[in-house]
Amino acid sequence: MIATLKPDSSHALRGLSDLRIRNLFIIPTIIFLIVFNIFPLIYSLGYSFYDYSAAGSEEPVFVGLQNYRDLLSDPNIWNNFTVTAKYVIISVGGQVLVGFGVALLLNRTLPAKGLITTLLLLPMMMSAAVVGLFWQLLYSPSWGVINYVFGLGDFAWLSDADAALWAVAITDIWMWAPFVMLLSLAGLSAVPKHLYEAASIDRASGWYTFSRITLPLVSPLLLIAIIFRTMEAFKTFDIAFIMSTQPTTEVIAIRLYKFAFQEWQTGKSCALAYIVLIMVVAITNIYVKYLNQVKER
Amino acid sequence: MSKRTFASLMAGVAMTIAGASAAAAEELTIFWAEWDPANYLQELVNIYSKETGVKVTVETTPWSDFQTKTFREFAAKGSTYDMVVGDSQWVGAGATDGHYVDLSDFFMKNKLADKFLPATVAGYAEYPAGSKKYWSIPLEGDANGWAYRKDWFEDPKEKEAFKKKYGYDLDVPKDYKQLRDIAEFFYRPDQKRYGVALYTDNSYDAMAMGVEQTIFSYGGDLGDYATYKVDGITNSKESIEGLKAYKELYKFTPPGWAKAFFLENNQAITENLAAMSMNYFAFFPALANPATNPNAKGTGFFANPAGPTGKRFAALGGQGISIVSYSKKKEAAMKFLEWFIKDETQKKWAELGGYTCSTAVLKSAEFQNATPYNKAFYDSMLMVKDFWATPEYAELLTSMNQRVYPFVISGKGTAEEALNGMTKDWEATFKKYKRYK
Repeated sequence: MIATLKPDSSHALRGLSDLRIRNLFIIPTIIFLIVFNIFPLIYSLGYSFYDYSAAGSEEPVFVGLQNYRDLLSDPNIWNNFTVTAKYVIISVGGQVLVGFGVALLLNRTLPAKGLITTLLLLPMMMSAAVVGLFWQLLYSPSWGVINYVFGLGDFAWLSDADAALWAVAITDIWMWAPFVMLLSLAGLSAVPKHLYEAASIDRASGWYTFSRITLPLVSPLLLIAIIFRTMEAFKTFDIAFIMSTQPTTEVIAIRLYKFAFQEWQTGKSCALAYIVLIMVVAITNIYVKYLNQVKER
Repeated sequence: MSKRTFASLMAGVAMTIAGASAAAAEELTIFWAEWDPANYLQELVNIYSKETGVKVTVETTPWSDFQTKTFREFAAKGSTYDMVVGDSQWVGAGATDGHYVDLSDFFMKNKLADKFLPATVAGYAEYPAGSKKYWSIPLEGDANGWAYRKDWFEDPKEKEAFKKKYGYDLDVPKDYKQLRDIAEFFYRPDQKRYGVALYTDNSYDAMAMGVEQTIFSYGGDLGDYATYKVDGITNSKESIEGLKAYKELYKFTPPGWAKAFFLENNQAITENLAAMSMNYFAFFPALANPATNPNAKGTGFFANPAGPTGKRFAALGGQGISIVSYSKKKEAAMKFLEWFIKDETQKKWAELGGYTCSTAVLKSAEFQNATPYNKAFYDSMLMVKDFWATPEYAELLTSMNQRVYPFVISGKGTAEEALNGMTKDWEATFKKYKRYK
């Protein structure tokens, strides 16, 4: 269709023709994507097969799959993946529970509902660096309010190897539960009211209504929220990097950063980036498959 | 367009380009971390600008980003910076990877090895060790030292209580045993007062510096820098005892002291948190200034105490200035260095607040009495020792951080396990880089 439109046709003169839209917006976008996404992606794939340091003077040496073999047999890397998995489970699990729970509350008739919803969305509008620094202070055993409110005395959240990951995950939950809430709220408001009326006439219990009407109808949107949050949590860097230097909070993105920009092991870091990419794509595919199944029900 | 108009236009363009090139030749950019000494350096180079007409700008970036940004520029072979005031550990990478201009001839010609403190020449300029190949001019000398609450130490009640408990006078610690005792004495969580503030941040070299100087003072070492031998050295009995001593001191830090570097350790003094605080001397001006430290009058400074065998070491901080080999103004940069090494420039540098490495200036009574910490600084500079400066130093740091941090901060495993693990990692790293013949 695009090819049949003439640029000087009357339609084109009235507004932007499809051809002009293609030339002005689509082609530059595709070029931008190729230059800044596709090209580095392919280029870095090439580097992942080389022993190479971008900051070094030596020429790259082709080592085949050696970088991948080294990484996958390195117990430290598996430890980073374990930390990441724990973090994703705690963080995304918490965000779904809190976000969906708050959405259920906001789905009722409340005074100043709009204002409350806007205020609840504030955390996700903040910079992750600011949130990390802010929560670092909140957790401080000397002057933080968390220990004061919960009567935890001098408990050092970020110094405790076991509690540090929870502390970082709770911060992420605070920041991103509003995102889950927003999508859940959109899903909840789309549930036809007559279904609840019918359930009410049939004297269905609250749990029955929730499990048979609310949850199935909201779950596609909730799953989309989970997909986004899982992908983001898997790639988490900023909050964890700012808040703690505990090895128990060293998620895979931090390890990747150290490989790439502190140790300048460019080849190895490219290989690790690909391993992470494959994992994220695999996890996302599982979710998407499940999402399709949910939609078909 | 007429021929004449075109010719005039081209002449204008040519003149603009020529003018721009001339202007570019009159400007130099020095890259450093964002901290007070960089501001002092800007003041110093302004004098050079006045004298020569060459505009020199000191561009800075936060410490957390300094290494990454510098090496990113090196990786791109960029000419944004003509000179860089690089960390001592970078000399190896700067030299072997071709990022720094070889300054050996300049060094020899101006007899700089005699002019600057030997430790600073070895730490900031020479690579490999003992090779007489020089890559930097010592610019900002620095070492790890201690700030302490002089007012707490001099309180007669505290003195009496201390003497009663430990059997000797409360004073600046002479050895690590006394340092530990004093830390224990002032550790009073019920009063929100603690014994000591240590470096614990393991995202780069902070904690490693605190640990290494304790290990050195206990007679241990981080390996043989000439042969790359580490087994039996980094995990020797002395090194293990040094690490245990650091862990022991950590018991007396304020709660949550798990990611502390210079900022937190200065806060430990300003916020009445700790009796003693480890820090680099470059951060002490803020503690001596009543505008930034309400306890400035009651704050004193001392150099690292001795270990059990009398050995005294301080972790080397500070940086040397190098010419970036990708700079397009290497000649102008060299002229600047010629000015920088002059005696009067070094004296002015010290007056502005910079830690000169000039032996003559450092030795002078004028310098040593200028601030409450200059004498301790001078003493420290005579006993500095550095981390590895080999190009793979960052991998060594990562491994040290991973092995030592869980033991010191979380009490996981033993000092032996931590150092044995680190030794194994370091050997593997050196093997990977073919350091063993």
